Amino acid sequence: MPELADTIDPARWTCPAPLRDQPVVVMGHGGGGALSAELMEQVFAPAYGNATLAALTDSAVLQLGGARLAFSTDSYVVRPLFFPGGSLGDLAVNGTVNDLAMSGARPAYLSAAFVLEEGVELTVVERIARAMGAAAETAGVTIATGDTKVVESGHGDGVYVTTAGVGLVPDGVDIRPQRARPGDAVIVSGPIGLHGVAIMSVREGLEFGVEIASDTAPLADLVAAMLSVTPDIHVLRDPTRGGLAASLNEIARASGTGVRLNERVIPVPDAVANACGFLGLDPLYVANEGRLVAFVPGSAADEVLAAMRAHPQGAGATLIGECVAEHPGMVVVSTGLGGTRVVDLPLGEQLPRIC
Amino acid sequence: MKYIDEFNDPDLARRLLDEIHATATHPWALMEVCGGQTHSIIRHGIDQLLPEQVELIHGPGCPVCVTPLDVIDQALEIASRQGVIFCSFGDMLRVPGSDRDLFRVKGEGGDVRVVYSPLDALELARRNPDREVVFFAIGFETTAPANAMAVHQARRLGLTNFSLLVSHVRVPPAIEAIMTSPVCRVQGFLAAGHVCSVMGTAEYPQLAERFGVPLVVTGFEPLDILEGIRRAVRQLERGEHRVENAYARAVREAGNPAALRMIEEVFEVTDRNWRGIGRIPLSGWRLAKAFRAYDAEHRFDVGGIRTEEPAECRSGEVLQGLIKPTECAAFGTTCTPRTPLGATMVSSEGACAAYYLYRRMNGPTPQATRATREEMNPVA
Amino acid sequence: MCLAVPGKVVAIDGSADPLTGLIDFGGVQKQACLEYVPDVRVGEYVIVHVGFALQRLDEESALASLKLFEELGLLEEEFGDAWEQAAQEDGTSAASERENSGSEAR
Repeated sequence: MPELADTIDPARWTCPAPLRDQPVVVMGHGGGGALSAELMEQVFAPAYGNATLAALTDSAVLQLGGARLAFSTDSYVVRPLFFPGGSLGDLAVNGTVNDLAMSGARPAYLSAAFVLEEGVELTVVERIARAMGAAAETAGVTIATGDTKVVESGHGDGVYVTTAGVGLVPDGVDIRPQRARPGDAVIVSGPIGLHGVAIMSVREGLEFGVEIASDTAPLADLVAAMLSVTPDIHVLRDPTRGGLAASLNEIARASGTGVRLNERVIPVPDAVANACGFLGLDPLYVANEGRLVAFVPGSAADEVLAAMRAHPQGAGATLIGECVAEHPGMVVVSTGLGGTRVVDLPLGEQLPRIC
Repeated sequence: MKYIDEFNDPDLARRLLDEIHATATHPWALMEVCGGQTHSIIRHGIDQLLPEQVELIHGPGCPVCVTPLDVIDQALEIASRQGVIFCSFGDMLRVPGSDRDLFRVKGEGGDVRVVYSPLDALELARRNPDREVVFFAIGFETTAPANAMAVHQARRLGLTNFSLLVSHVRVPPAIEAIMTSPVCRVQGFLAAGHVCSVMGTAEYPQLAERFGVPLVVTGFEPLDILEGIRRAVRQLERGEHRVENAYARAVREAGNPAALRMIEEVFEVTDRNWRGIGRIPLSGWRLAKAFRAYDAEHRFDVGGIRTEEPAECRSGEVLQGLIKPTECAAFGTTCTPRTPLGATMVSSEGACAAYYLYRRMNGPTPQATRATREEMNPVA
Repeated sequence: MCLAVPGKVVAIDGSADPLTGLIDFGGVQKQACLEYVPDVRVGEYVIVHVGFALQRLDEESALASLKLFEELGLLEEEFGDAWEQAAQEDGTSAASERENSGSEAR
């Protein structure tokens, strides 16, 4: 499904508009929260009318010839184009590679389509293309086809990139949100919120100094390591826009289960916590680009965790909670003090609060 | 000392909770006036850890929530105009006016921008001399020094393309309005620490005396909130009603004199409408005469916009602790977090929004929420 | 009302108008207006709201508060478990529920 690699943007702070009947597209429709889901469910799915799309997963798993193919596409519109730890180019490759990996696939080929705005310096395009080439090599995928269009000055935002990708799903692997069940362990592959905070720190109008970088990284190899422990991994998701909160809510809703997290063990780097503190944001809603959250059978949790920690992309893997039968469709956090709170699906993206 | 982690310590929180529990022998209803405290209470689940006898009523302390509908409509009108850059704190953008919100205006082509500080809006005015830059100056006393500085600087710099749409509110008149309500249930207040950092505590002894209520100046970290509750309960159990400062590290009796001088220069006291509550005399600030040229309401001639609030919304009664959200007919039907009618459903920590979320949890669990428990024992 | 967070003053730009300083929020650094705390010194903590330092934080008061909280605990240890005591006093059945949440908090 289309997934913007964009994140919280103070200049275009996207829309948790509580008004249901928005007659125009608002930023929140691209925010990865409830408005995005409604757009998908009410406009695209009915218009396209097929069951594969209706599954609403990160990538579609298709039977083609004798093979099971994962197929995904994604547009990338991040601002600024270059940020601490990466660039639009890294996101365009890693994002699609990760969407494929979240169905357990080994990503193989990508396409890359550029929409360039008249007047953008060629060196900028070149830097992005080089970043894509390097990221593809790291991820072990080939950029096999592409396209370029140019729009008039003022009709674009510098550079937009759309990538699509395919990969093969191994036999016996069936990973999708509907498979979460009570008793599953919920594991996150490392510290959260780094990408979102890194991007915010260099956004016009909000600039703040912080020594952290985006976590953008390909996760297919980590997924392969996890599958080598057990093919029976129930759910994988990369918590990009909307953060961990959006991913977990989607899983809870799709599977009709509840999710209970233990706040004290969720790995939030100090700089992320403190940046969120002064903006009034919740790290659970901040975007990641190189993390995954996994639902695995409780009996396999220790082994999967060990395999993840042995992998560079999963060194900080942590068991953060469990899937429960209570409060189906809802994500509930046990707070550090021993209380509880509900973590709801964000509408659009988080807004910095003054209150 | 970092002033955050130390005041989040779970062991000390447990000690404070134990003490509160040991102290509270009668049912007491406390109101935290400040939205920031409400947020902290919900965020940490503090309300569920208190003894049954201690009830927290979430007061009208979110400046976003209480900004009246007609001021939002004025903002929408100004933001829609050609040539205007409309700047706002982020959380104002989703607050619905009568038929749309600032996000919609932005989607329809209005230049609406989120800023972190009013000085950022001032900077935009400097850099865009051919545009009218308007800042949506909402807030309580805490935000007033910042907004006052922005307009003060604009005058010093001779900027003629900068103005404020002011909807400032003040805490003490709100406390007075709540306490004079004939069906008031509030027996003590956690006063807003950051308001007092600016204003000091001089306005509060007369309120404590007149209404016979303890007022405890309270901070925002979990230990601060628990200490505020502990002191308020202790006073109530002893039959006392004083002003206590439980946030001494940030609040001096005299407040911040430099900030008070600036407020005094730039603003003057006026009556204000509060969304969900109505008109409270002398409960706000507007720009003083000398700064009237920077008043967006006059500059854009939107003073005539007057809007009635939806009649079916009973958020005023919820804010005053008179009814529970579930007692409102619109709750969960015509009024949800997606389609809020009033202040208490707009903000994620508003009483109605919080109730809505917790009700969706499937029945009482071992960590049953306070809301659920109350619904099971309506007498309590 | 009003999200305000403590931060440490790490630099002051005396020539800026209005007076401005760099505040460190535990590894996150942001400029803030210091006009309302004109005598603040580098190394001191201030409380910051929408880009303005509103008040200096007093370390002595903070330490006194924390000491008080710790002493509350000591008093309890002398007099036994207040949870239990109070639960017996008000005769509610909530004791087991509290025990559950209590063990989670530790």
